[in-house]
Amino acid sequence: MSLLKIDGLTQRFGGLQAVSEFNIEMKGGELMGLIGPNGAGKTTIFNLVSGFYQPTEGTITLDGTPTAGLKPHQVTSLGVARTFQNIRLWHDMTVLDNIRIAQHYRMGYSVWDSVIRGRKYRECEQRILKIAEELLDAMSLTEYAREFPKNLPYGLQRRVEIARAMSIQPKLLLLDEPAAGLNSSDVEGLIKLIRWIHDSFDITILMIEHQMKVVTSLCQWIKVIDFGATIAEGTAEDIQSNPAVIKAYLGDDTI
Amino acid sequence: MQKYSLNVLMAALAVMLLALAHFRIIDNYIQAVLMFVGINIMMSTSLNLVNGNMGEFTCGHAAFMCMGAYTSSVLSVLFFGKNFGPPMFPESMAMIVFPAIILLGGVAASLTSVLVAVPAFKTRDDYLAIITIAVNYMVISAIENMDFIGGSRGFQGMKDTVWAMNDTISFPWMLFWVITFTVFCVWTIRRFITSTYGKGVNAVCQDEVAAEIMSVNTNKIKLVNFMISAGLAGCAGGLFAHIVGYVNPQSFNILKSTEAMVMVYLGGMGSLSGAVISAIVFTGLLEVLRSQALVDAMLSPVTLFFPDWDPSAGVIKWVFIPLLLVLIMQFRPEGIMGNKELSDVFPKLKKYYTFK
Ligand SMILES: Nc1ncnc2c1ncn2[C@@H]1O[C@H](COP(=O)(O)OP(=O)(O)OP(=O)(O)O)[C@@H](O)[C@H]1O
Ligand SMILES: [Mg+2]
Repeated sequence: MSLLKIDGLTQRFGGLQAVSEFNIEMKGGELMGLIGPNGAGKTTIFNLVSGFYQPTEGTITLDGTPTAGLKPHQVTSLGVARTFQNIRLWHDMTVLDNIRIAQHYRMGYSVWDSVIRGRKYRECEQRILKIAEELLDAMSLTEYAREFPKNLPYGLQRRVEIARAMSIQPKLLLLDEPAAGLNSSDVEGLIKLIRWIHDSFDITILMIEHQMKVVTSLCQWIKVIDFGATIAEGTAEDIQSNPAVIKAYLGDDTI
Repeated sequence: MQKYSLNVLMAALAVMLLALAHFRIIDNYIQAVLMFVGINIMMSTSLNLVNGNMGEFTCGHAAFMCMGAYTSSVLSVLFFGKNFGPPMFPESMAMIVFPAIILLGGVAASLTSVLVAVPAFKTRDDYLAIITIAVNYMVISAIENMDFIGGSRGFQGMKDTVWAMNDTISFPWMLFWVITFTVFCVWTIRRFITSTYGKGVNAVCQDEVAAEIMSVNTNKIKLVNFMISAGLAGCAGGLFAHIVGYVNPQSFNILKSTEAMVMVYLGGMGSLSGAVISAIVFTGLLEVLRSQALVDAMLSPVTLFFPDWDPSAGVIKWVFIPLLLVLIMQFRPEGIMGNKELSDVFPKLKKYYTFK
């Protein structure tokens, strides 16, 4: 069974067709890229997969479970985590808290337990803390655990956001332009980080990215969309020489 | 040692106050002020949970106090009073049943808060503020139209329960219960809001979309938060009713809600210690302003020139409180504590106590 299967996905906003007839199938374990010019509908696809919008048409199936009608937090608990194009951390809480709160769906205790604070509460909080600390350690963020994200440089904020998504222990990770706004040395670090995540966890990654360097050095398979529709897909070389892609990015010379 | 220092200190303080009250070293007036401090602490800390921690703007907190006050008053009269026929329980049981009466008032208030929580799933800000005002009016008008509990004339008879407790064992019972419930309230809030579960409330405040997508069930956490907040306000209402011995729907109108809001903004949004401190300061200030002599003295420079003007303390109070609010918003909009706790402002305090 494939991990993510999208069939005939269409999303309309009023008269605008942001996504049309989009299909994708990820068996599991891939690192796939999703590229396309500005306003092509890439982020909208992520919003649909994470349950933030309900699709106008089409189906999304995660590991055999159709996600139609599920709330975003329910979709997330099926093992889908994502980052945002413009970083959306909880800026007035510590990095550690950011990572802990994202484990909400398997908190394991109730409101009463949080007030009574019996053994169950302590065990669950310990488990949450352990996962968070291990993750911070693995992503070299331990020294920033007590900092507020708003006080960190942009590159680190990106890293924290990826760590927060990872604390969900997802099967599918959606990265929305992780390299946006980073300087070139940060980009090198990011490429290493994503490769490391892909190699060391049992995880499937779908990544939106504008910087071709990042996409070509990471992604085995790339899908190109324009005006909501798939215009090409293939390996990095296939894409770069594809006339439809060149046209989409550079415009039609004949006009 | 440091783990228990605060508990020991608070227990000692409570025992001291109770002893002073029991041996009549502090009179009824001081006791009443102390009890109102407790009730205001409950009101401001519970409202802070919604307006501070969750960042919603609600202005009908008195509605929940009202529900609690009426529910526990009616139960109290049913159980130990004579208005609705003979008492259901013997006098000696009063001190055991009393906390249950107050808690049931809290439960009623908690259930009422669903009226606010469900719209809050979809709306925020101004719209939610209007809904909360509407709920405040709904609760008051509903009770005004219930003749069997006195309607707009108010309701009394719950003093019977207090006297029943006193007849069984002579003790400043109300002071005892107010202290107990105040500690219970602050402690519950503290534990809830510092657990990873409760921090979901702050996540909703800071970025609701991110919270929902990062697996926080935002609707549920809002509901839970509203219910805890309203439940504690309901307990405060029940205690208030039993201290005063008389409730009237209009004592829980928008003016009462405003008092709670003033305390939250005075203390600092989202700061629990701020809410406690501001409740103490605010209640103290109100009491001081009730003194006609003091008001006369303060206004003497003005009355010197306008000898015909005879300001009454009751009216001047409502000039000073809004003025205070204006001054805070102007010069220290973040409140006394900002969003920090006492131990953040004075890190050295951490050596002496932990509060869990
Ligand atoms: N909630 C919405 N309501 C109306 N239109 C929307 C909404 N969300 C997206 N759109 C529109 O859908 C189209 C696709 O937007 P989307 O954000 O998916 O593009 P994108 O491929 O992520 O672009 P970028 O590279 O700039 O991030 C755009 O024209 C956008 O204006
Ligand atoms: Mg986008």
